[in-house]
Amino acid sequence: MQVFPFIVVAWIIGVGLYGIATSRNLIHQIVCLIVVQSSTYVLLLGVGYVTGAVAPYFYDVPVHTPAVDPVVQALALTDVVVEAAVTALLLAIAIQAHKRFGTLDPHELAEFKG
Amino acid sequence: MFFAGAAGLVAFYLWGLLGLPGFGNYPGPYGPAILRVAVAQTQATGVVSAVNFEYRGFDTVGEEFILFTAAAGTAIVLRMLRGEGERSPVDEARDRDAPPTSNAVRTIALLFTGPVVVVGWWLASHAQTNPSGGFQGGVVLATAFILIYLAGAFLTFSKLSPTDVTDAVEAAGAGGFAAVGLAALFTGLPYLYNYLPLGQIPGAVSSSGTIALISFFVGLEVAAAFLLIVSELLEQTLLIRHGGR
Amino acid sequence: MTGAVVTPYTVPAGLMDTLQVTVLILVAAGATAVVLTRRLVRQVLVLSVYGIMLAVLFLTFQAPDVTLSALTVGAVALPIVLLLAISKTRKKEE
Repeated sequence: MQVFPFIVVAWIIGVGLYGIATSRNLIHQIVCLIVVQSSTYVLLLGVGYVTGAVAPYFYDVPVHTPAVDPVVQALALTDVVVEAAVTALLLAIAIQAHKRFGTLDPHELAEFKG
Repeated sequence: MFFAGAAGLVAFYLWGLLGLPGFGNYPGPYGPAILRVAVAQTQATGVVSAVNFEYRGFDTVGEEFILFTAAAGTAIVLRMLRGEGERSPVDEARDRDAPPTSNAVRTIALLFTGPVVVVGWWLASHAQTNPSGGFQGGVVLATAFILIYLAGAFLTFSKLSPTDVTDAVEAAGAGGFAAVGLAALFTGLPYLYNYLPLGQIPGAVSSSGTIALISFFVGLEVAAAFLLIVSELLEQTLLIRHGGR
Repeated sequence: MTGAVVTPYTVPAGLMDTLQVTVLILVAAGATAVVLTRRLVRQVLVLSVYGIMLAVLFLTFQAPDVTLSALTVGAVALPIVLLLAISKTRKKEE
């Protein structure tokens, strides 16, 4: 249990990179990028977890109850929002590429360069 | 070729990760330090929101503007295309008939719209007490508009969220956050200083000063940015479908 | 430190370990499924399910705030935007 979450993180990032490398469609690649980025949430929250602690909310528990780290949770929250913004922008660019060149295949797109 | 490279990368990555303190034994200095002081300093019981909107509020301003820029960038990229599309309208989806919306979908979508608005509003306004905040609330609020679209009422959708208004609301959200921070400067306090009364009861909705206010503005900004992106994409789809007919 | 303070939200350590390992395995399988689904519309549906699995994982990591945003963004917002983009570029891909 000490290292299992980190092995899962490495697996997610490896599988996502494999998807990006073998994909023949820009939108499929964007979804694989979402998978790669989702590994960072698991990593951040896995680092901050404390065994036996509660979530950092003290609405109805005593203030000095041991709690998991709130700083990495705030970072993960930022991460999720940035992911959404990046995805929207990438999709807009993919749509423009499709509109201009009529294809979403990165290999074919490379021929239009220059 | 790829597998050799990937295996090497993942091996190095794992090697690095295994050097971390084991799962469940987080020793870091910042988390425990903030947990010790946060509730007493801010009267907010949601420490994650306190970190996001107070301790690293300046960082969150930057993040707001990332979202703002992404929405604006999406709009700009797609608007350039619209000018091109008008010259040579091609129906790229000619082979596909859009099926009429079924009554079941319409009823369920309309039934859910009201509750979704309430949940979104509750989330955006309770950042300081419960696990919630402007980010989640904003997306949920925007989803209510998309439900209306799903019910087949695109006219209502575009009447309720004309792009000009969405743009303005998004700017108001992002600007409001920055303004809350700037207001502190005028009274001689540091940027984003929490100058509102903190309240006496930790966990009350009116407690925690600027945290609640900032969360509200973040909710506005996120909802408007998401709606703007969706309606830009929707307009593209509709434009093309009508173009060839 | 474990079990020093018991609240209504404290989960017994053994049960928590089992939960976390189960959901971690599900998440790893979900990521693999998303990458290996090649049809775009199906992939978006699988991505939505993967988003829900991530949300459950974050709940077992005691992060309800991130759970909510993973639910709203990963399982709702991203699929909507992706489906719109797919419908925009669809004909050439089929």
